[in-house]
Amino acid sequence: MRRVYCDANATTPLAPEVLEAMRPYLMEEFGNASSIHLYGQQARKAVEKARETLARFFRCHEAEVVFNSGGTEGDNAAIFGLVRAGDHLITSAIEHEAVLRAAERVAKRGAQVTFVAPRADGAIDPEEIRRALRPSTRLISVMLANNETGVLQPVEEIGKIAAGAGAFFHIDAVQGAGKIEFDVDRFGCHLCSISAHKMHGPKGVGAMYVRRGTPIEPLMVGGSHERRQRAGTQNVPSIVGLGKAAELAMEKLSDGTNERVAALRNRLENGILQIEGTAVNGAGAPRVANTANIRFEQLEGEALLIALDLKGVAVSGGSACHSGSTEPSHVLMAMGLGKREARASLRFSLLRTATEEDVEQVLKVVPQAVEHLRALAPV
Amino acid sequence: MTEPTTIAVAMSGGVDSSAAAAILAHSGESVVGLTLQLWDQTRLAGRHGIPEAPRAGRCCSLDDVYDARRVAEHLGIPYYVVNQEERFERDVVRPFVDEYLAGRTPIPCSLCNNHLKFDQLLKTARSIGAARIATGHYALNEYDERRGRWILKRPTDLAKDQTYFLFGLTQEQLSRTLFPLGRMTKPEVRAVARQHGLRLAEKPDSQEICFVPGGDYKQFLTAYLEEQGEPMPETAGELAAPNGEVIGQHEGIFGFTVGQRKGLGIASPSPLYVLNIDPESRRVTVGSDAELATRTLRARRLNWISIANLSGPMRVRAKIRHRHEPAWATLEPAGEDECLATFDEPQRAVTPGQSAVFYDGDEVVGGGWIV
Repeated sequence: MRRVYCDANATTPLAPEVLEAMRPYLMEEFGNASSIHLYGQQARKAVEKARETLARFFRCHEAEVVFNSGGTEGDNAAIFGLVRAGDHLITSAIEHEAVLRAAERVAKRGAQVTFVAPRADGAIDPEEIRRALRPSTRLISVMLANNETGVLQPVEEIGKIAAGAGAFFHIDAVQGAGKIEFDVDRFGCHLCSISAHKMHGPKGVGAMYVRRGTPIEPLMVGGSHERRQRAGTQNVPSIVGLGKAAELAMEKLSDGTNERVAALRNRLENGILQIEGTAVNGAGAPRVANTANIRFEQLEGEALLIALDLKGVAVSGGSACHSGSTEPSHVLMAMGLGKREARASLRFSLLRTATEEDVEQVLKVVPQAVEHLRALAPV
Repeated sequence: MTEPTTIAVAMSGGVDSSAAAAILAHSGESVVGLTLQLWDQTRLAGRHGIPEAPRAGRCCSLDDVYDARRVAEHLGIPYYVVNQEERFERDVVRPFVDEYLAGRTPIPCSLCNNHLKFDQLLKTARSIGAARIATGHYALNEYDERRGRWILKRPTDLAKDQTYFLFGLTQEQLSRTLFPLGRMTKPEVRAVARQHGLRLAEKPDSQEICFVPGGDYKQFLTAYLEEQGEPMPETAGELAAPNGEVIGQHEGIFGFTVGQRKGLGIASPSPLYVLNIDPESRRVTVGSDAELATRTLRARRLNWISIANLSGPMRVRAKIRHRHEPAWATLEPAGEDECLATFDEPQRAVTPGQSAVFYDGDEVVGGGWIV
């Protein structure tokens, strides 16, 4: 059976170059980057080289790059590090759980939180952010690209609104990394979180841009690592891997990969739209190149997902709930879809290494599976 | 889709369904493991004394899903958790609450078997390309050529017999269901689990209703209604003797079950039992053990398995609750979708809301819900 992985927004495989870059730091170059001796110096050199790369990636100063454990930590650190009781936080209803749950926690501890709903096309209207502003607004946190629909959010406009209001602005950029060019000044953000494994780097490592002078209280305290912004022995091999992954991502953004992926995604989308009763969620808004969120009317998405997996096509639907079954997507419901429509939707997200054969295989399997399910019984 | 021979095994994370999956996987069948996620055990946490952290070893708890997943990984079979919380609440939890509020004693496991474990599981199985399902129930089913019907029979291990909860299975459902444990005893099942290297071979059996923490259904009713924003209906009323004499007051009919002795709040020289709960007048009648015995029961919403229909009187043994030893009775039709069972000997505590299941030898004739 030919297997096709269409879940790049969940995670991506390590690029071979990344593994090669990491290998010495897993074995012979094992030093602690905080140590004074030669072993430590070698490790530190590798970490700082990665920091240089990430500074180019974000277009910021090296001192503004903090390495951490990934997207969830970055999102948590931004919110817990800035929002206190009495402060006002503006975020959106379509954020990742790492932002939503953190927002709920600060709300429980005395902060005020506004969750701005998106438009029907899945994009946040910057005017809604402006309307939500209060004198006490301390932080605005909005994602760069939505993980489920791929819809790009108007971060530049929101950045300007934040600047005008004197509020801090955090971007959860996990799903934008490797898919669009970053420029934290143009974004107008103070904080920006990314994760390595969404762009062919290792899992469990990420980075956060922290604009100089942002009074963020560290989530982790202990040693004076990362300029006292993130305690804990630096994960040297993973940081090296993240650096290599960021370097490759920057190359791929200018070598035509994005256009190729977009063409494949469009072909996939148009192919699936040939099936009766299908529609693209978030179709009207600008989107990242690799993501297609498709609604299959009169169908239980969970059953289709399992059927596709047993046929070798890996996709995702909704958000995984505590047990590993799926809940209807909070993102799609915030866009105005009913529970049933949200449940009938699946996300296809292509790897940058996707091929035409992959797409053809998906277009062979999906219509058959949909037809089989619809023939059985209406939901 | 997958080969039509694929079997979907319902896996709860317990020993029985894990052993069933192991037996099928090792017999060379193409097997897919499915767990139905039915109830969020943390949902009512913290309300009305329900513990904040759910207890271990409960259906749909994270631990059980974890165990089921580990078994599937160990057996090398694909495994999925399917979310059926909405349907479970609609078809099992809500009727459970409503039955208690109406003064009856519901039996959610049978409802769950009818609506979720078989109906929904079969639908899900077929949608992923499996024509048959298997469960870890202790029961037997086989096709009888002569009668042209699928027959449900008591299992080899009579102490574990679960046919009482399976009387609602349709012919279609029976034809698509495998019970791999039907000819095994519990110790044999544990041995099979050990033999296949399943770490949960010694896991204790679950006993209580899966969504009622600690088995305190009154606490559950209160917490659930509070969560739903519904007031607890006012059902306080009188406690009366069989002759109508009022001997006390009670705080709500949902607190009683026919046959109940404890918690009546009345001092009496001889033990008193709940004889009858009348939801209209909210009167709860209590009396002696002897008065608890009845000779007849009516059942409705019937399902017949070994017969196509009940057309005249039939000798059966009737089982009126899970731990009841089936008793000889004569069954006869009694109007639209109802039947009347007359016992040879009076039976204790015939309880509205429970099911009555009728047996002919080892075969399940059918059953219905006690009125």
